[in-house]
Amino acid sequence: MQRIGVFVCHCGSNIAATVDVKKVVEMARMEPGVVFADDYQYMCSEAGQAKIGAAIKEHNLTGIVVCSCSPRMHETTFRSCAKRYGLNPYMVEIANIREHCSWIHKDMQEATEKAVILARAAIAKVNLNAPLQAGESRVTKRALVIGGGIAGIQTALDIADAGYEVDIVEKTPSIGGRMSQLDKTFPTLDCSACILTPKMVDAAGHEKIKIYTYSEVEKVSGFVGDFTVDIRKKARSVDATKCTGCGVCQEKCPSKKTPSEFNRGLGNRSAIYTPFAQAIPNVPVIDREACIKFKTGKCGVCEKVCQAGAIDYAQQDEIITEKYGAIVVATGFDTIKLDKYDEYAYNQSKDVITSLELERVMNAAGPTKGHLERLSDGKAPKEIVFIQCVGSRCADARGKGYCSKICCMYTAKHAMLIRDKYPDVNVTVFYIDVRTPGKNFDEFYRRAVEEYGVNYIKGQVGKVAPQPDGSLLVQAADLLDNRQIKMKADMVVLATAIEPDPSVRGIATMLTASIDTNNFLTEAHPKLRPVESPTAGVFLSGVCQGPKDIPETVAQAGAAAVKVIGLLAKDKLTTNPCTAKPDELLCNGCGNCAKVCPYGAITYEVRQINDHGIREERRLATVNNALCQGCGACTVTCPSGAMDLQGFSNRQLIAEVDAICR
Amino acid sequence: MKFSYYPGCTLRNKAKDLDAYARASAKALGFELEELSDWQCCGGVYPLGTDEIASKLSSVRALAQADEKGQSLVTLCSACHHVLKRVNDDMANVEDIRTRANNYMKLDKPYTGQTKVLHFLEVLRDEIGFDTLKEKVVNPLTGRKIGAYYGCLLLRPGKVMAFDDPENPQIIEDFIQALGAEPVVYPYRNECCGGYISLKEPDMAKNMCKTIEESAKGFGAEALITACPLCRYNLNKTQSDLPVYYFTELLAEALGVKEEALK
Repeated sequence: MQRIGVFVCHCGSNIAATVDVKKVVEMARMEPGVVFADDYQYMCSEAGQAKIGAAIKEHNLTGIVVCSCSPRMHETTFRSCAKRYGLNPYMVEIANIREHCSWIHKDMQEATEKAVILARAAIAKVNLNAPLQAGESRVTKRALVIGGGIAGIQTALDIADAGYEVDIVEKTPSIGGRMSQLDKTFPTLDCSACILTPKMVDAAGHEKIKIYTYSEVEKVSGFVGDFTVDIRKKARSVDATKCTGCGVCQEKCPSKKTPSEFNRGLGNRSAIYTPFAQAIPNVPVIDREACIKFKTGKCGVCEKVCQAGAIDYAQQDEIITEKYGAIVVATGFDTIKLDKYDEYAYNQSKDVITSLELERVMNAAGPTKGHLERLSDGKAPKEIVFIQCVGSRCADARGKGYCSKICCMYTAKHAMLIRDKYPDVNVTVFYIDVRTPGKNFDEFYRRAVEEYGVNYIKGQVGKVAPQPDGSLLVQAADLLDNRQIKMKADMVVLATAIEPDPSVRGIATMLTASIDTNNFLTEAHPKLRPVESPTAGVFLSGVCQGPKDIPETVAQAGAAAVKVIGLLAKDKLTTNPCTAKPDELLCNGCGNCAKVCPYGAITYEVRQINDHGIREERRLATVNNALCQGCGACTVTCPSGAMDLQGFSNRQLIAEVDAICR
Repeated sequence: MKFSYYPGCTLRNKAKDLDAYARASAKALGFELEELSDWQCCGGVYPLGTDEIASKLSSVRALAQADEKGQSLVTLCSACHHVLKRVNDDMANVEDIRTRANNYMKLDKPYTGQTKVLHFLEVLRDEIGFDTLKEKVVNPLTGRKIGAYYGCLLLRPGKVMAFDDPENPQIIEDFIQALGAEPVVYPYRNECCGGYISLKEPDMAKNMCKTIEESAKGFGAEALITACPLCRYNLNKTQSDLPVYYFTELLAEALGVKEEALK
């Protein structure tokens, strides 16, 4: 028989205001096995834990139940408390009477009744708990960063500087990401390339960093500390060890009509290409869909002109398998598609562009060599309208409910830069709200208004109508002046909402990392663990977790790196002992459990057993404790009831249900 | 192919030709419009008040009658189509309106929005098919540059009307193309003509219509077509040189039944 102590927490008024904690204590005392019960204001505090410790010693407790917040919050706290006072940590159960009870109920009587029932269930379970011993697993001292934008680069540099090996996997032919497409950055207006390219060079030259560009993660197995990852290195059709990056192949390539991804389709590129001049590595790839040689078999110009003999049409995709201790997701973002926003005529007029396209237009290496001009006729615009929140803060299903966070600032930047370089151009910005929290951000926006004379109008644009003369008529409401506005513009720029890069869905599935309804990766805790995924060993960096500007992304990238370093610094990790365990007398070797196991933790072996005096050889399920994550899929699949989850056995769960239904 | 048909009051008065051309064209295309018996005025405007059902009942009667016959209900006038389609949506999805309307109507079988409400253009697109229509054209309108004028009632609210993309519709352009003419796309084809404001503030409606016509002309349209008698009325008030036809007139012309339609 267990000797159980029950500890009911007030959580200040979080629990005590809705649950009669004294009553819960009183009722708990009457449960079988309970020898001690008490309540306290904050059980998790030092004094609260001391109370638990004292009770363990004084009453010789063999198990404890803490009625408090969610186990996600403080299970670890109370387990280590029990361990400190000589009790096996797996003899601790949490009855969640906060999230599951006091926070969601208003009526005290009902809430108290439910709290008593939850406590009763936990007590029933502890009565059947057995001490468990955590095992150990090794840590591979190498990290993987998925995505080579500023987030991935910064995380990799920070991890590498701490002395650990890092691999970056980037799906495009070069690292650099979205930041490499930007012209200037707010609020200091320094050029994006000038601050990014040195970091790209640092990453490429770092002895601890290996970069796989034009590569994608294809398969992930294993667990925290011991992941095995397959990386598909797509065929570049260029031998990177021979290529000198001279660029002649790109000049001579006769297929030059493919829209350039880097220039957002505003200009064309050749079939053999590097995305931009400062690309790292400076080794081109052949786009086989566009290449005449691959399509028709005739051409081979690049091979003929290449002095280094680097062109290799026969190159194949390569699969690289590598082990990692930690994985950082830094897959970034893209702008949303504007198919559902035809009122802004984005698909109807070349002079309606997104802000990211404007970055390319303003950039000296862009499609217009940095000249501000209309893409339809190349004329200089005199009147430019910016529309904020296109697809952001959108109540209907067309767009995104969230604020994309970066648009207010980059629009102020664009407006300011245009007014500075072309003082005769009028700039009008239509906004819902101007949101500029951040160091020196509001000052920056005010400069746009006060010093540069940008015309800000509070109100949404209802229609952008292309006119027969090629101009655009913008129809809008001025909410402060309560009037309708119709104004002619030569160019309209849409502050298009951002969303996680579509590749994140597949990556999240491979990593069993959770994503929210907007495809942003979920944090382990929104406030206290913002750079960790709920999946152990997976970390988040940059916009894949939520909209962010560059300074925030870099800060989060560093934070993710610190978490990775903390993990890689350990030699061993303690493993969760709540793993599946088959009863060899009941197992009939059917193989169903192995089929449903998502971690490949179950295998079959033929072993000799002693079944009530009969010795015979049988095919039996065996669980690899290092791989088992304790999900329980096998226990519900097993037809003979042979598979059980330690710490969550069928008997324990039935006892809980019985206690609730009593 | 047989459909229940709800003409509406305007098609008995000012817009007789909209109706006549449609009937003749339907015959030429091989489908029948069977007029509902004892249909009543739809009210002309969808009643937004949620606390009374009286103004929705005439629509419910028409919808229920079509249901009894097991036919889809076809309309021509944009306003009637708008009212019938939205009331039908209420009957399918708004429990309070459905219950109260059925309590009042005391039908043999309760009506719960099962009738499919189709605009004549949707019949052409989805039941006949524009490709078939093209084959049946005997007088192709080759070389004529025609702008589609949708107005608002056919398109919005987009989710309920489910007629076409409200910001960038395509159906009338496809229709024009099927007749052999050249569709002119202009940005104001889905803007409001002013509707009933033309009675109270005629200048406002006139300005709105002028914007539409100027834009269409600017992009090269030589004529506009519409499905709505009120839109046509308002557009004609500007006295511009841009003719406005009902879409069925051009249809009848292309099918070679224009003359006999008005006999």
